[in-house]
Amino acid sequence: MKLLTLNFLTCAIKTCKTNSASFPLHPRDAELEIVEADVNLPFLKNILPRLMWDELRGICTELGLPELPATPPTPADLIQPSSSTPETTDAAPIAEADEEPSQTAKDLHRVLLETCIQEGKLVCGACEHEYAVKEGVANFLLPGHLV
Amino acid sequence: MPEYLVRLAQAHESFRKVELQALADVAGVTLQFVKYEEDSPYCIVNLCSDSAARKIITRSILAQGIYELWGQGSTYRTLHQSVRLLSGFQWPHYENASFRFTVEGYRGGRSASEQRDIIDSFSYMALKGQPRMRLPDVAFRVFEDYDLDAKEPKYLYFGRLVAESPRNEAKRTFDLKKRHYISTTSMDAELTLLTANIAHVAPGKLFYDPFMGTGGFPIACAHFGAVVFGSDIDGRTIRGTGGSARRGQTGKYDVVGNFRQYGIESSYLGAFVSDLTNTPLRIPPPTMDLTTGYLDGIVCDPPYGIREGLKVLGSRQALLETEKQTHQDQYKAPGYIPPKRPYSFTALLDDILAFAVATLVEDGRISMWMPTANDEDIELIIPSHPCLELTSVCVQAFNKWSRRLLTYRRRRESEVPEGTLESAKKEYEKGTRASELNDFRRKYFQGFKEFESMKKEFVRLKMNSRATEETVGTAEEREART
Ligand SMILES: [Zn+2]
Repeated sequence: MKLLTLNFLTCAIKTCKTNSASFPLHPRDAELEIVEADVNLPFLKNILPRLMWDELRGICTELGLPELPATPPTPADLIQPSSSTPETTDAAPIAEADEEPSQTAKDLHRVLLETCIQEGKLVCGACEHEYAVKEGVANFLLPGHLV
Repeated sequence: MPEYLVRLAQAHESFRKVELQALADVAGVTLQFVKYEEDSPYCIVNLCSDSAARKIITRSILAQGIYELWGQGSTYRTLHQSVRLLSGFQWPHYENASFRFTVEGYRGGRSASEQRDIIDSFSYMALKGQPRMRLPDVAFRVFEDYDLDAKEPKYLYFGRLVAESPRNEAKRTFDLKKRHYISTTSMDAELTLLTANIAHVAPGKLFYDPFMGTGGFPIACAHFGAVVFGSDIDGRTIRGTGGSARRGQTGKYDVVGNFRQYGIESSYLGAFVSDLTNTPLRIPPPTMDLTTGYLDGIVCDPPYGIREGLKVLGSRQALLETEKQTHQDQYKAPGYIPPKRPYSFTALLDDILAFAVATLVEDGRISMWMPTANDEDIELIIPSHPCLELTSVCVQAFNKWSRRLLTYRRRRESEVPEGTLESAKKEYEKGTRASELNDFRRKYFQGFKEFESMKKEFVRLKMNSRATEETVGTAEEREART
C-alpha cells in the first residue's frame, strides 16, 4: 500500500472515529519498499488540498523518511517554472500538458506514491488496536469483541 | 452549432446517451441530442467543433465513431440535394486530400459493385486526391439504415469522419479471457469501462471501490486516468491466494498483477481488507462542513448474496462477556476468523449512499450496480439520499430480472437544506436502519423468490455473453468493412 493511503485511513472501530487520536494510524515494525511510479502532476494538484499535512509529516518522521516541509506546498510550487516562457505572461497561461513537475512535486511523489508499506502493523492512537499489513494489504476486519 | 452523426454500437442501449452526456460533461463541452432512437445506431448531435467531438468519442465505449454530418435523406436523390446544400462550401478544402470513401449498411447492405456505383454518384464533389484505404487525409462514409429484411434502405446519412472510438481496441485489451486474474463474479470489461465513463472518471481524480473483488472497476477507472484504491471483505481475493476462475491456474495471481498487466500500476494506491459497515476510511464528523470529502468518485457492484446471505462483521446476538474474552484472547492468532452476521442488501445500499455522502467531494459521482426483479411493484425502487442527486439510471435487462447502474451526484453545500446532512450522517453512524423489514423491503425481497434460478441465469448469461462476444465483434467489424 502506498503511503498516501494513510491520508484516508483511521481506526475501523466506530467509537474511535470521533476521537482525534485515531487519525492518523501509526505504522509499527514497518517494512518499506520503494516502487517506482510515473509522476502524476494532475493528481498531485488535485489531491494537494485534501492532504492532512501535519499528520503526514508525523508519519514520515515516525518512519524515518526525509522530512516534509513544515507547511504544505502551494499548487504553483508543484510546477517547474518554464525556462522558455517569461514569468510575466499571466495573460497566456501555459497549457496543462506542457507543465513539468517541480522538485517539490517529485519529492512529494516519492514519499506519497512510491513509498509502500509491505509488512508491519498500523496502530490506532486512541484504542491501540493493531491492524496487520501483509504483502502490502492491511486487514481492518474487527475481531468479535470490537464490533 | 454543426451537426454530427454518432455511429453507436447497437448494444446496452439505455447506457448510450448517458455515456455520451457524461463524457461531454467531463470534457466540459455542450452536447445537444437532435435525433436519438433506442433501436437505431445512428444518433445526431450538436457540438461546437471537431475538437469537442473528438474529446467525447475518443473515450466512448458504446460509440464506434463520430462524423461531421454532410447530408441526409430518405432517398439518394434527397441525400445528394442535402449534401450539396449542407457541405458544398467544404469540398474545396478537401480537393487534393487523399481520401477513403466507404458505404455501410445497418440491417442490410450492398454488393461491392453497387457500393462502387454509390460512391461514383458523389463525383460532383470533385475530389482529385488519391484514394487511400489506410490513413487517408479524410474519410467519408455513406450510412444506409434498413428495416429488417427490407431491400431498400429507409434512411441515408453522409458524413466526414472526425474520430473513431477506442471501443474495439478496449474490449480486446481488457477482455476477461486474457486477464491475468479474475473470479466468477468479475463483471465483463465493456461494462466496467462504461461504468467508469458514466462515473466521470478523468485524469488526476481519485476513485474508490469498496467491493473490489479482483479489481475490475479500479482497473477500468485507472485506464481512463484516475488514481484508484479499493477494498474487499475477503482478503484472499485481493492477495490472490483465493485462486482464479481458470482451471489449472497456479502460482501467484493477484489484483496488483492485473494492474501490472495493463501497465497502470502507477495509478494503483493499493487495497485493504474491510467491511463497509465498519470502514477504516475517514468519515468526517457531522459537525464539519460539507467540503471535507476526499473521493472524486466511487464505483461498485455491491454483493447481493441473498441465498447464501449477505454478511457483514459482527455477531447475530450480543456476545457474552466470556465470549468477548475468547475473541480478545484469540484474535491475533493466525487463522482467526472474525465473526460475521447476516445483513440485508437494501440496508447495505443505504449504507453505501451514506458513505458516499460523507466521503465524496462536491459534484463527485457514485455509480452503483443494483439487481432488480422485473416486477411492477418494485420496478421503481431506487435508493435515495437528500444529499445525492440521481443523475442517471441505465438498465441491463434479462428475462425475469435486470440490473441497473445508478449514478448519483454529490450535491454541493448550497443545494442541501441546513441540518439535512447532520441528520443523515447521524443515521449512518447508528448503522442499520430499524425499518429493515418494512413493506418496501419485504416486497423487494419477494422479487427475489426465484433467486436461485436468477443466479443460475446470471452465470449462464455471462458465459453465453463471453462466448458470443467474439461473434458480435466480428459482425460489427464485418459491418464496418462493407
Ligand atoms: Zn481505535
